[in-house]
Amino acid sequence: MATLAARERRLGWGLIAPALVWTAAFFLLPFAAMLALSFAHMEGRAIVSGLSLDNYARALGDPTMLKALVNSLEITAIVTLVSVLLAWPLAATIAWTIPPRLQRLALLLAVLPFWTSYVVRSYSWLLVLGKNGVLNKALIGAGLLGEPLQLASTRSATVIGFVHFFVMLLTLTIYANLVQLSPNYARAAADLGASRLRVLWHVILPLTLPGILTGAFLTFVLCIGDYITPQILGGNTELTLPQLIMLQLQRSGNFPLASALSVVLMAVVTLAYAAVARWIRLDRL
Amino acid sequence: MPTPKAALSPLAVLAVLAVTGPARAEGELNALVWCDHTDPALIEPFETANNVKVNLKEYEGTAAGMAILEQSRPGDWDVLVIDAVDVHRAVEAGRLAPLDPASLPQADLFPELVMAENNQVGGKTYAITEKFGYNTISYDRTKVDPADMEDWAALTSGKYDGRIGIYDYYLPVLGLVAVGQGMKTSDINAATLPALRDPLMKLRAAAKQVSDVVASQTALATGEVDIIVGGGEWLTAVLAADNPNLDWTIPRQGGLRWAQSIGVVQGAAHPDLALKFVQYILSPEGQARLATSSCYWGMPTNTRAGDVLTAEQKAVLRWDQQPDYLKRAQLYPIPDAATDQAMQDLWTEMLNQ
Repeated sequence: MATLAARERRLGWGLIAPALVWTAAFFLLPFAAMLALSFAHMEGRAIVSGLSLDNYARALGDPTMLKALVNSLEITAIVTLVSVLLAWPLAATIAWTIPPRLQRLALLLAVLPFWTSYVVRSYSWLLVLGKNGVLNKALIGAGLLGEPLQLASTRSATVIGFVHFFVMLLTLTIYANLVQLSPNYARAAADLGASRLRVLWHVILPLTLPGILTGAFLTFVLCIGDYITPQILGGNTELTLPQLIMLQLQRSGNFPLASALSVVLMAVVTLAYAAVARWIRLDRL
Repeated sequence: MPTPKAALSPLAVLAVLAVTGPARAEGELNALVWCDHTDPALIEPFETANNVKVNLKEYEGTAAGMAILEQSRPGDWDVLVIDAVDVHRAVEAGRLAPLDPASLPQADLFPELVMAENNQVGGKTYAITEKFGYNTISYDRTKVDPADMEDWAALTSGKYDGRIGIYDYYLPVLGLVAVGQGMKTSDINAATLPALRDPLMKLRAAAKQVSDVVASQTALATGEVDIIVGGGEWLTAVLAADNPNLDWTIPRQGGLRWAQSIGVVQGAAHPDLALKFVQYILSPEGQARLATSSCYWGMPTNTRAGDVLTAEQKAVLRWDQQPDYLKRAQLYPIPDAATDQAMQDLWTEMLNQ
């Protein structure tokens, strides 16, 4: 009996060993390197090992760096909220109004923009939102505007670029949640006299919370760590934390400060995860 | 037994993790370059003539290039393209090998582009200038008054507010701000830098965006902005065919001259082939191809490239105006480490205004 249990234990470890090695090699080890580097400092243009907290003091004390963190949090919060508000009705429309045999096609169409390069998509948005872009020309042509809107190279452009991407992601997670809901919940609520709105608000919406929060968390993680969209669409009118990290890496060669800023970014993501962990259900995806 | 500190040494961990060295087979040359060298029209003739494969890795900014070299093994890289003002930095770090001046066409170069003070250290030649151009003002002549573009002050006069884009590279733009204030770029240091803060922030307030090369070109070509500070022939030349209204000039206060150098990496696995590559790039044919690279155009340093370039290409490059332009353009600032950091901090602050 004991031998069988030991053999099962060994088998269990054997089965998870590849995943453990993978995680150690491609997450724990690089993270340890980054963490260690964050305590080093620069002497001239050379990196000197050490245990200095100066990089963290600067990352959290320098007004420019703090502003970049605040910018990142603000943009991420707006993007996540707007994406959820747009994705939920889209997912519900696909799940409830489109015949099941066509739902796969509808989802495929919804994620079609994923098929194009992320960078190309961002530059395309620049052309759409520009002063002489498609959007302004259409609005002016329709007589809805006299002067072109200043959208390109603004925070709004960054948010639009992000939302375009993340609505697709959230639609998938919310849709996966919606199609698993038994219609009996809504029927039971209706039998008890609840109006359609009350059923939606008090029954359906809470039951789709795992799908919403899973998608929202993924949106949060991907959005707060992205520097390409704000770089291209934001026109450098404000800095986000990832842009600041890239400046340290590409321009200054200040790997210790970039590492400290990255650790701060990871801490923010960890806090966000801790806040929603109890609702996140990856098995629903 | 390693001490805890040694075990945690970031550089030691990085060294274990670093896999930056390029793969290489026999008959292959590894070159760390700027994007203009990645044009097949430039590289393929050399590959065919020498029956070799040239592996190119593109980098942006000297700091990034130096980091790649630092994390590579000796012999990983054969050729390095670097900002001419940073050749000393690379030599001091032991990254460049001395070259035999007799093997290089120094006598054919525009005299101002020999740049011995940059390409030589301790009397030895470590690199040769391969391409140059100007960081100045690019603009759409149908949207702005070209006369205004002859004066840096016009940009912050209020007339062009919201119509200006700034090229996102702190060294030339801070240099241009200095030139606009009547300061020499060589005088920029930690003590004089604060004087540039207000003019820089004023320029930022008048600007709509601060963007990289592609976004700057897109903005100018689509009319998003009418002026790019830091632009020049390298920004507008590739757009000239479709947008003949795009122009560039050097204001009367002056502009900046950028220059890139090429050298052989210290400890190169194929030093002879690397030298041959450098010689090819400096040949009239190589120079003409490099000057009109699909990534960005720039003036060839070898005067004999004028025999290979077409009249149209020379017109776009302003070949005939070079004597005057060269007189009015200053070199990039060459900051020490502390000034460099202060300049970058100022730039970061400006971006986040």
